[in-house]
Amino acid sequence: MTVGYEPWDTARGAEIIAEHAGLEGATLVVLHALQEAFGYVPEPAIPMVAEALNLSRAEVHGVFTFYHDFRKAPAGRHVLKLCRAEACQAAGGDRLAERAEAKLGVSLGNTTADERVTLEPIYCLGLCATAPSAMLDGRLVGRLDEARIDALVAEAQR
Amino acid sequence: MTMRIYVPRDAAAVAVGADDVALAFEQAAAARGAGIEIVRNGSRGLCWLEPMVELSTTQGRIAFGPVAPPDVPSLLDAMAGNGQHALRLGVTDEIPWLKRQTRLTFVRCGVVDPRSVDDYRAHGGYRGLERALTLTSDQILADVTSSGLRGRGGAGFPTGIKWKTVAQASADRKYIVCNADEGDSGTFADRMIMEGDPFVVIEGMTIAGIAVGATKGYIYIRSEYPHAVEAMNAAIVAARSAGLLGKRIGGSAHEFDLEVRVGAGAYVCGEETSLLESLEGRRGIVRAKPPLPAHKGLFGRPSVINNVLSFAAIPFILDSGAKAYADFGMGRSRGTMPIQLAGNIKFGGLFETAFGVTLGELVDEIGGGTFTGREVRAVQVGGPLGAYFPRALFDTPFDYEAFAARDGLIGHGGIVVFDDTVDMVKQARFAMEFCAVESCGKCTPCRIGSTRGVETINRIINGERVAENLAVIEDLCNTMKFGSLCALGGFTPYPVMSALKHFREDFGGDLGPAPARLQAAE
Repeated sequence: MTVGYEPWDTARGAEIIAEHAGLEGATLVVLHALQEAFGYVPEPAIPMVAEALNLSRAEVHGVFTFYHDFRKAPAGRHVLKLCRAEACQAAGGDRLAERAEAKLGVSLGNTTADERVTLEPIYCLGLCATAPSAMLDGRLVGRLDEARIDALVAEAQR
Repeated sequence: MTMRIYVPRDAAAVAVGADDVALAFEQAAAARGAGIEIVRNGSRGLCWLEPMVELSTTQGRIAFGPVAPPDVPSLLDAMAGNGQHALRLGVTDEIPWLKRQTRLTFVRCGVVDPRSVDDYRAHGGYRGLERALTLTSDQILADVTSSGLRGRGGAGFPTGIKWKTVAQASADRKYIVCNADEGDSGTFADRMIMEGDPFVVIEGMTIAGIAVGATKGYIYIRSEYPHAVEAMNAAIVAARSAGLLGKRIGGSAHEFDLEVRVGAGAYVCGEETSLLESLEGRRGIVRAKPPLPAHKGLFGRPSVINNVLSFAAIPFILDSGAKAYADFGMGRSRGTMPIQLAGNIKFGGLFETAFGVTLGELVDEIGGGTFTGREVRAVQVGGPLGAYFPRALFDTPFDYEAFAARDGLIGHGGIVVFDDTVDMVKQARFAMEFCAVESCGKCTPCRIGSTRGVETINRIINGERVAENLAVIEDLCNTMKFGSLCALGGFTPYPVMSALKHFREDFGGDLGPAPARLQAAE
């Protein structure tokens, strides 16, 4: 669920950073932990991470922007990820992705105007023999067809 | 009498309702006061039958599938009675699709409870480590080398040689790194084994640690695999409390411990040097080689970096002997390969077999063709960087060298099947698009070439000066193939050029033969 994240709080952010700062090569671990708590990596956290890990702000910003997972703003209330890789393409995923885009009125990579649903592509959930597949707020769904994709979209819109 | 019922917790089974089925069993059993014990096992790999439920009986395990929650009450009746049911598949081990496999690496996957060290041991687990603890480092290395095991991640580099290089390096610390960044579409073997038999990966890595003198290992798992992350973490905790990780492993003088690290959605981090950068907390930018990771790897220390399946093959080799492993296979491809049948396929799943089986057998006979029932037109072998093969090449045996000889690769063993509705020019464009999005940006052929490739293929799709633009694509692929730093830019030409070579008609324009210079590019 993307609902239920904590609002950004400097002290809480510092606490999360301190929890992992002692690990070898901690940057990704820290960024993941921040996103898990706040739903995204708030901008004020970047210099704090840099300070804690003895890195430059530019280095941390560079890591943050390199990886697709990290968000600079909160996602919609629900995140619907559609697998767009070859195995799902072979199983009719293109058509289903277009259908989801049409139903939600946004293209992949965007959030609906009411901020309810973020629709994203994902490149392989590893469910390639039960394709096409999707993930709604961390829940996996395979063997998608029109009825299942419609149900997922409707669930995300609620 | 308590009935023991197996309901997989494998992500592919969960994605098609296994959790709901498990819940339905609990509720139905509670409602009628029946005693049942539900074991959440891994998947047997017969994905079209998932959720596949099994009942433990004196005749062996009996399979039923695919099960949906409404089937559960009648299934419980059947299980308590004579066992007859419309979804009954018979004794699991006798199902032909499973029986004709040679399961060395996946022998326990779907059989054992992946959370239980005891169950792992009861099915032959940790015998490889026990034997390794009685051997010298050189003896272990000799076993791994003579087994003929080659890196299962795709590159096919001999594992024994890699380990020996690390063993011979001297340093204050060494590392074992498991590459579980299984980003290739059509592949899911790493995920399945981590979820279904995580201890075999731990055991393999532990043996590697002992062989080369490393005391710390990392498993880098992609973030798209939350179930695998959870399973590996649980298994590490269990192994630690059983004294099989940490100090004095199994009562010996050896020390080895493991930590899971989670990726963040960058495909290129499956490339070993990019993965090391990521583990060190940096952008996943590919490193130039040399130095090899075996000399200067994680944190600049000598490191063994292998794919999940390479480590998972080790316990069998140490337990049953290098020869037992090497007796399977063909040519320089020894042992077995867990092959993954995916995409538009009727009987998709995990099929472990000795090298040498042909592509046609895999797709038509074992896979049963497409699930749409249409003609198979193309198969992509080896992920997004693998070549598209037409039916004319279905006699190619599954073997590193045989695929290379036909300008393809077996990669991580994934086979994605497409029916005759596929538009190969679009697939070629997708390969370039994917490379453009996922390029780490370090080298120009990959970073710029992929973007120019997308633009050029778009012109071809629009019918603009097709012959000339095809020549540009051919030239571009040549530059990417020979000028890129790693396999992302270097292998993206495989899907593009194979689509052009074997499916020229989809590219429009003059339907003459593919440009003559095409041959030179390959």
